[in-house]
Amino acid sequence: MANGTIAIPIEEAAVDFYHAEGKRKGILAWLLTTDHKRIGLMYLAAMMLFFLTAMTLGVLMRLEMLTPNNTIMSATTYNSIFTLHGVIMIFLFIIPGIPAVFGNFFLPLQIGAKDVAFPRINLMSWYLYITGGLLAIISLFTFGGAADTGWTFYVPYSIRTTSNVSFTVFAAFVLGFSSILTGVNFITTIHRLRAPGMTFFRMPLFVWGLYATAWIQILATPVIGITLLLIILERTFGIGIFDPTLGGDPLLYQHLFWIYSHPAVYIMILPAMGVVSEILPTFARKDVFGYKQIALSSLAIAMIGYLVWGHHMFSSGISDTSRVVFSLLTFLVAIPSGVKVFNWVATLYKGSIEFRAPLLFVLAFIFIFSIGGLTGLVQGALSTDIHLTDTYFIVGHFHYVMFGGMGTIFFGSLHYWFPKMFGKMYNEKVAIIACTTFVIGFNIMYFTMFILGYEGMPRRYYSYLPQFQTLHRIVTVGSWIMVSGIILMLSNLVRGLIKGEKAPDNPWGGTTLEWRTSSPPPVENFEEIPLVTGGPYVHDRETYVMHPDKEAR
Amino acid sequence: MNQEAEAVLGQSLSEDTHEHVHRDDIGSRMGMWLFLLTELLLFGGMFLLYASYRFLYPDGFRAAAIELNTFIGAMNTIILLTSSLSVALSIAALQKGQKKLCIYLLYFTLLSGLVFLINKYFEWGTKFQHGIYPKGPALENMSQGQIMYFGLYYVMTGLHGLHVIAGMVFISIVLALVIKNKLTSTNYTKLENSGLYWHLVDIIWIFLFPLFYLIH
Repeated sequence: MANGTIAIPIEEAAVDFYHAEGKRKGILAWLLTTDHKRIGLMYLAAMMLFFLTAMTLGVLMRLEMLTPNNTIMSATTYNSIFTLHGVIMIFLFIIPGIPAVFGNFFLPLQIGAKDVAFPRINLMSWYLYITGGLLAIISLFTFGGAADTGWTFYVPYSIRTTSNVSFTVFAAFVLGFSSILTGVNFITTIHRLRAPGMTFFRMPLFVWGLYATAWIQILATPVIGITLLLIILERTFGIGIFDPTLGGDPLLYQHLFWIYSHPAVYIMILPAMGVVSEILPTFARKDVFGYKQIALSSLAIAMIGYLVWGHHMFSSGISDTSRVVFSLLTFLVAIPSGVKVFNWVATLYKGSIEFRAPLLFVLAFIFIFSIGGLTGLVQGALSTDIHLTDTYFIVGHFHYVMFGGMGTIFFGSLHYWFPKMFGKMYNEKVAIIACTTFVIGFNIMYFTMFILGYEGMPRRYYSYLPQFQTLHRIVTVGSWIMVSGIILMLSNLVRGLIKGEKAPDNPWGGTTLEWRTSSPPPVENFEEIPLVTGGPYVHDRETYVMHPDKEAR
Repeated sequence: MNQEAEAVLGQSLSEDTHEHVHRDDIGSRMGMWLFLLTELLLFGGMFLLYASYRFLYPDGFRAAAIELNTFIGAMNTIILLTSSLSVALSIAALQKGQKKLCIYLLYFTLLSGLVFLINKYFEWGTKFQHGIYPKGPALENMSQGQIMYFGLYYVMTGLHGLHVIAGMVFISIVLALVIKNKLTSTNYTKLENSGLYWHLVDIIWIFLFPLFYLIH
């Protein structure tokens, strides 16, 4: 069809979940809700708050780096600020981001379910998330001040420093618990609550991404849980397991830390890759290229990604054998990642592309993520990595993959699903300008970091040699451009929320199930559990029976 | 509509899938197994540390292991294994509708857990009296291998003890539910899940016992 949508008889619209009469009124209707959509939105609200806090910290760090010496803060403050920037961004925004907000909201909708498998545990995860977040913030102001170890909490410094590491670490521990419960919930939901006819290979690719992610959440997070617990025990009782003066081995800490924290990188990126695989077929108006390959490459990335943690420790003093093995495994991850990128590009090939705001974010993602991925290989190679370890090259690389990968798509998902979540449209022109500004600022900022790092600028220093000043200035100016793009984008969305016109049920011509219900959806998502008769991205024929009962009669 | 749709449609109608299923026993069991997997991995990190340090300090570990009382350890193993049996029997009892028997068996499980903890308390207490605790006077003079051994011993058995307590809380809750007739012979998944958790606590102990008490 010309516009890619299929005419479906419009039913009498059910009351949307915002206005539905529940047991409770007012704020309690939100705080005690078990509706996955409300929980998703509560995550969104909290997360934006944390994101803006951490972004402000980042801007402050860049201001400090404007001149070679002390610009606006002391060395200790700088240490605390980069630690907190990392902890909040990673544990509160990037790791839970897409699964907690969009996974919660859209997983049941996309598989044609009424809710997740364990709605009350879902609410509990949100409270654990908030508790963890508050603990992280409180740790700033109590017992010796904010942690100054960096988000990795490396021993032995983290067991010696007088700053409030125990508190920050405990915050991360609580957040891990929240993450585990979400993972358990999603896997069970995907196994048990798919609509009739929705086989595994008919699931939208976002669901596949969430599925692979949930497995990593379950398999990796407990390891960081015990590791962080050991730091707390070490600081409180001095048990000595990581303390070299008592015979402990700090290297073992690094192993345990990265056994979780490397797979966590894939917790961040797999759901984002899922969203990309949703948005592309919608705007290319054709089926995604290589559905099964994309779906299975998510699992492949999850599996191989579990075994590459050692590449964070190439210069920590591990044996040559393990360095070679970890380097090889690291290169292997590039294969399923490459499969995805080629499939995305092939999806666009010969599609009738409609250029809308969400698509721009995805194209920006493919560009940014490819740079991030390829620079990852530079560090996966042993010889080059020794030169680049702990320089700005690393900082540039992980911002490209983490912020450029997950962050861009977080914003992209927000633009793609905004009409469905809020029932309103935003100004697309402004969104496109904001996205462009963001991408330009992003590249000015982080690409310059590659050059800085290559020339030898170490990370985590609050001052530097005068020869680096020009480049540092460029980075800081880039940060201003990027942040103004983000502010423009968010204010545009807020404006759309308040003043935007009413969104149709399917503004983009999407083919997955969430577009088949009203915007915003009713409490129980669908009037009847739909029946699925085909793949998720079929544009030229009807693949859903929305009212199987009525039609059978 | 294509043929496939009709096939699935007919099937779905006969199964009455349009009705919202409020209880999904298979689903909640699946959730529990996944949760147990995370618990295993939590202890997995500790077992990894144990293996590394045992490899690094074989002599220190041997010297330290002699200090533990194998008799109390063996007794605790028997107690926990028996309690695993009683919790398994309680599920069978509830399935057969023998509510009273089920309640007695659950009380017995709780009692075993308590006895286990009391034994553990005395075991730790004696060690503390001898100054064998982190930064304690006796432990400070021991070799690094012994310090590592006791560090791991306290963390792993302590963490296991916390799990015993958590398991007892779960069992107390389902016990109350059984008494109030909330759990019956047709609706026993919660009891089954608590039982699974108890078995996990048991299994972890089965590994802790030889690693700390038996290998000299």
